[in-house]
Amino acid sequence: MRLIVENLACRRSGRRIFSGLSFALGPGEGLMVTGRNGAGKSSLLTMLSGRLKPDTGTIRAEGIGEANLPECLHVVGHRDGLKSALTAAENLEFARDLLGNPAASPRAALEAMGLPHVARLPVGYLSAGQRRRVALARLLVCRRPLWLLDEPTAALDLASQGVLAGLMGRHRAEGGLVVAATHQALGLEDAHELRIASAASDAVSEAAYQAEDWL
Amino acid sequence: MIRAFSALLARDLKLAARVGGSGALSLVFFLMIVVLVPFALGPDMNLLSRIGPAILWLSAVLATLIGLDRLFQSDEEDGSLDLMTGAAVPLELVVLAKVLASWLTTGLPLALASPLFGLLVALSPKAMGATALTLALGTPALAFIGAVGAALTATIRRGGLILAIIVLPLMVPTLIFGVSAAEAALGGTVPFTTPLTVLAALSLIAAVVGTLAAAAALRWSE
Repeated sequence: MRLIVENLACRRSGRRIFSGLSFALGPGEGLMVTGRNGAGKSSLLTMLSGRLKPDTGTIRAEGIGEANLPECLHVVGHRDGLKSALTAAENLEFARDLLGNPAASPRAALEAMGLPHVARLPVGYLSAGQRRRVALARLLVCRRPLWLLDEPTAALDLASQGVLAGLMGRHRAEGGLVVAATHQALGLEDAHELRIASAASDAVSEAAYQAEDWL
Repeated sequence: MIRAFSALLARDLKLAARVGGSGALSLVFFLMIVVLVPFALGPDMNLLSRIGPAILWLSAVLATLIGLDRLFQSDEEDGSLDLMTGAAVPLELVVLAKVLASWLTTGLPLALASPLFGLLVALSPKAMGATALTLALGTPALAFIGAVGAALTATIRRGGLILAIIVLPLMVPTLIFGVSAAEAALGGTVPFTTPLTVLAALSLIAAVVGTLAAAAALRWSE
């Protein structure tokens, strides 16, 4: 698939976060979204996942047939989407049945993330890093072409960061796309970098929008 | 599609059983209100059995509100809702599965337990049966109306009170026809089936409108 974003602008609570964002990603390509805190990295990913409406601009995907974009992507963000009362394996089984297009079994996915022993443990008992790894295991239980990762290495130890880099490499080798918001090097080789500039550098347009807000 | 639907249903039932929260709690709350009424009105058997169906229905409406605020909020907080928007099924189906699971754990037990609670307000066996039947037919309407309010307040922390204020007025028609059906069974000018079919119709309408409205509210919660 190809992901094409044109002239995207984001506004939250009446305040413009960023504007004029354009990029295109083809099969096998990766995009690192960087920028200071509050620059709108997470907002960009939320928009791509279809949970936030763009202020202006368009998000298109080509080559996905009749499916719509949210059905073609995986999101792993700060909120991990895991139920504390269910075991790791149950959480992954649910994700696989809900998202469709199953790939690896939950047990195999947990093994790939180095967590075969927690399959029967309720997720509520796990540490932050382990939870994050269970959430990342979701990427493996169903096959989807676009991965949206919001600071995927947060709470991960060095070994797991290596595992994640390997997963992203394999996904891209199979023609998948990765968009990751991050502050650190992720091991995304020859990935494009999209730096969301601070709003202050865009002073003229910012002033114009503020004027619009006061009307 | 069926697979995703049953996965959602199974997950919510499993969560309700494991967390042990709202289902059992709303049943206990139901019992509490029904028990309080005879204390407040005094041991006048005739009065109690006359207003019994109304008391049971009123308690059922209030008990439905318990735990309703967590219906979508818990999924919104931990990010499960993001997962569900990306599901291979429309959001409407997600809502339908979740409301069905919540009805199976709160509404249905309420209807099944109502004959037992009817003893406390001196209902005749016939009135107990009629009230249980009207509750079984009417609680789906309460669940679906409640789902709209729950979806609207999903992102509001401590939205329980505002939720009650939004949904209680919408539950009035269901309450009216539920009570009148139960009372029609005990005699009167209207045949039992007339208000009962209206009640069933209300449930069906609420199922359609409630599902669409709740899905729309969740989709544009930002």
